Amino acid sequence: MTEPQNPPFALVDIGGLHKSFGPTEVLKGIDLQVSRKEVVCIIGKSGSGKSTLLRCINGLETFEKGSLCVDGQPLRHGDANAMRALRQQVGMIFQSFNLFPHLSAGRNVMLAPTLVKDIPKDEARTRAQALLERVGLGPFFDRMPDQLSGGQQQRVAIARALAMDPTVLLCDEITSALDPELVGEVLQVVEMLANEGMTLILVTHEMAFARKVSDRVVFMHLGLIHEAGTPDDIFNRPQTAELRQFLSAL
Amino acid sequence: MVQFSLWDIFTFLLGALRWTVALSLIAFVGGGLVGMGLLLLRFTKLHGVATAVAWYVQIFQGTPLLMQLFLVYFGLALLGMDTSPMVSAAICLTLYASAYLTEIWRGCVNAVHKGQWEASTSLALSYTQQMRYVILPQALRVAIAPTVGFMVQIIKGTALASVIGFVELTKAGQMISNATYQPFLAYTFVGLLYFALCYPLSWWSQRLENRRLA
Repeated sequence: MTEPQNPPFALVDIGGLHKSFGPTEVLKGIDLQVSRKEVVCIIGKSGSGKSTLLRCINGLETFEKGSLCVDGQPLRHGDANAMRALRQQVGMIFQSFNLFPHLSAGRNVMLAPTLVKDIPKDEARTRAQALLERVGLGPFFDRMPDQLSGGQQQRVAIARALAMDPTVLLCDEITSALDPELVGEVLQVVEMLANEGMTLILVTHEMAFARKVSDRVVFMHLGLIHEAGTPDDIFNRPQTAELRQFLSAL
Repeated sequence: MVQFSLWDIFTFLLGALRWTVALSLIAFVGGGLVGMGLLLLRFTKLHGVATAVAWYVQIFQGTPLLMQLFLVYFGLALLGMDTSPMVSAAICLTLYASAYLTEIWRGCVNAVHKGQWEASTSLALSYTQQMRYVILPQALRVAIAPTVGFMVQIIKGTALASVIGFVELTKAGQMISNATYQPFLAYTFVGLLYFALCYPLSWWSQRLENRRLA
């Protein structure tokens, strides 16, 4: 699936990835290369393994077979330090936001940089404030998560992930838990990141959005990458019956 | 025969109550510290460690406290340590409390949403940082009420230290009963004093629980 316009060195390089939950094999040999600054959307039915694949990339799930490298560094599950180094490069945003409910929005953003990167409190605070402004939440530094709407919480979660200066950001159905009128504000932020050149891998059900921001769309089916290509190819000229069926069912 | 006034009995028991309180506090603080250590071990992914802690808890939950007291008291003597009843009781109740507290707190940690672990893992926090800054502050809110409630169990548990000869409230009641030949009167006083100690804690625990659920 190497595409001619991609540079030879992949930021995220996945080869022959297999993953089972007990007797159920959910990933049956995934090959995927994502280049720096590329925006890749993964689409597919629920149960096709999209989220599991994403969670393998930052080591939230282990896998049995295959290789996974981020920026040339292979993922080493047994090595806690190596995993922490990897996770500083790979940010993740979740469907259910997962903000820390006992900390204010600003402190959510400050926490990891002060603990993991030893950034002094004052500097972390200034940076957190700047990040919150970037996601349109400048005045909400001291709000607690339960005082924010879902869309605002998810934008804080994005700021929190950005605070670690990741080289790639994983988004796991980040608008699925939102009321429809709040989806736009979150997608706007993601689009801004895409335009700024952030490497993004998104699992999404927002097809219009996928079409708009992706450099490449990957369709997963039954634990395999069934079809991949430009948004134009995937949405306008689907090659396989499974993808046609998936798109027509939307 | 020497006559004891009610006041004499009361003040004598009150003096012994201090030891019940002291032993309870030692067991609670000591048990809390050991229990917290065990809790941290319980959630590491180190091979076999969590299982070992689970067995530790099961052993203390699956045997009578009285028997544990005997084992510690006579066991320490067997090891050549010359221990007072006070030290034996303190050690035993500390271990006993640590097993129960670690189990209570384990439930509270499990009550924290899985997504909190995942989010803090994704932010590259270490295990101890996750516990210290993300998981335990949230578990604590759930833990306060059952922890205070368990203190009542410890206070009542100290009564058993009387059998290895430690003079706390129950033992003092026994002595009064022997001296006055009025066991019912003596133990009524003892019971009232335990109640005066335990009831406020139960009430407080209940209130904390209600406030949490409100």
